[in-house]
Amino acid sequence: MTNAITNATTNATTNVMTNATADLSPSAHGPARIEPVRFDELPGLMSLMTGDEKHGPAATSTLDAVWVLYDRVLRVSPDSVSDPERDRFLLSKGHGPMAYYAVLAAKGFFPTDWLPGFGSYDSPLGHHPDRMLVPGAEIGSGSLGHGLPLAVGTALGLRAQGRPEPAVWVLIGDAELDEGSNHEALAYAGAAGLDRLHTLVIDNSSATHGWRGGIASRFQAAGWSATTVDGRDHQALYEAYSAPHPGRPHAVVARVEPKDA
Amino acid sequence: MQSGTRMPAAKAAAAPTNQDFERVSVMDTMRERFASVTSRLLDEDPRLAAVLAEIGKDGFADAAQRHPERVVNVGIREQLLVGVGGGLALTGLRPIMHTFASFLVERPFEQVKLDFGHQGVGGVLVSAGGSYDWPSGGFTHMAPGDVGLLDTLEGWTVHVPGHPDEAEALLRHAAAAGDEKVYVRLSVQVNEAPRPVDGARFLTLREGRGGVVVAVGPMLDPVLAATEGLDVTVLYASTVRPFDAGTLRAATGAADAAEVVIVEPYLAGTSTRFATEALEDRPHRVLGLGVGRQELRRYGQLDEHLAGHGLDPHGLRERITGFLGR
Repeated sequence: MTNAITNATTNATTNVMTNATADLSPSAHGPARIEPVRFDELPGLMSLMTGDEKHGPAATSTLDAVWVLYDRVLRVSPDSVSDPERDRFLLSKGHGPMAYYAVLAAKGFFPTDWLPGFGSYDSPLGHHPDRMLVPGAEIGSGSLGHGLPLAVGTALGLRAQGRPEPAVWVLIGDAELDEGSNHEALAYAGAAGLDRLHTLVIDNSSATHGWRGGIASRFQAAGWSATTVDGRDHQALYEAYSAPHPGRPHAVVARVEPKDA
Repeated sequence: MQSGTRMPAAKAAAAPTNQDFERVSVMDTMRERFASVTSRLLDEDPRLAAVLAEIGKDGFADAAQRHPERVVNVGIREQLLVGVGGGLALTGLRPIMHTFASFLVERPFEQVKLDFGHQGVGGVLVSAGGSYDWPSGGFTHMAPGDVGLLDTLEGWTVHVPGHPDEAEALLRHAAAAGDEKVYVRLSVQVNEAPRPVDGARFLTLREGRGGVVVAVGPMLDPVLAATEGLDVTVLYASTVRPFDAGTLRAATGAADAAEVVIVEPYLAGTSTRFATEALEDRPHRVLGLGVGRQELRRYGQLDEHLAGHGLDPHGLRERITGFLGR
């Protein structure tokens, strides 16, 4: 499985934090730091955006799952953001993107000194990501229910161009799954056997009406491979991400603390 | 008065098929031409992909055999139709998406807005059904507001062919238009003869001094009949966005006064703003004719709906001469 290749060396060019105003030019990278950023440094990066020292479960619901993907699974780096053979990660649940931005910054897609500008007029980092502004962001999102259909199209487009290698990942939330467009996409993807398509569902029990029978069962009924894991357990996430799923798309439901806990 | 349009044969109120839209003559419909031309373009250009949502799939059966990975039918899923198109475009392909206008532009409008414009990618939307191509199907299959909706977005080119030959030319134009966002509005309402459309400019078909009448797509023949014997300039617009302000300005410059009537096969007044912007440096009056907002709650035939909205030659002549004071 190509998506199981560990991406240990990420060629991180993360900036040493400065107090300088964010320079938006791509060439504004400061001195490259040699050692890669560790997971336990991500909350510090998030603090640059939020001003808070600590973050509740809602802000970090995606943090572990996105980190493990970028750290160990996805074959994409700052040098390959335009490479047609790169793996794609589509953040569909664009709300609360601090964890995503922290991971992208940690992996060197943009300098960490962009982070304090989060949400400001001159910052490329909005409260919903814009692919036209954020290096490494595959889609602009914020309106729920767009990522999975776009991911289906991306998987179809890669297949039509004879590119069987790139994996396509899309992250949605359990409440985002309320949107009917997801159900159009997951039913079709299962029937079409899009085996390079992967959906990561962050389940923090935020869907008002819940999912009787479980979220994974929706995917399985539509012909997907699906598994449910502890969204804080990095090894379990990695194994779920890497599980073979020949001939069918794959869903990983990552359960984390309830949103309001 | 002679009608400038050809009507589909009388039919039972069944689901619409190409047979429903078959015309009396041997000429194919715009939709049939769309399928045959796009099938050939798929052979020629590996960048193109067709995305369908059941509607129109029969016309692509052969193309789907030849290009199973570039002819995609997602089922009756219009949000997915447009979302898949956006995803294909993100990988570098040029998607051509097709269904009835109401299900292509109106139902998944936010997908059109976000999955193309906001993502910074392009594609081609090709609609059928227009404002009332299938009148016996009722209001659920009528989309007079499609062009007006697209006008709320930036950068969409809008082609409104008035003849299958024009549809072919404009479809080829759209397919080859790089990463542009293009809407092609097909209809069973057609003019007798094709005009040499270029995908950009209005054509000057008649010159007069008593005002300018702009006929859009299939409204040309009714306009030509309605203005017979009047001293007016008649422009023909088969591409309405971008709006050819230069040709309109030149035409009004030749007339006695900047008096403009725009006759569109969709919502009345849709292009009025563009005409007033084109003429903002001179006194002008603009009358926008087209489909009314009022839901008629009528079935019947196309010619009855044209008359119902005052878009038959008789109704047009009355309102044009009334406005121009002749």
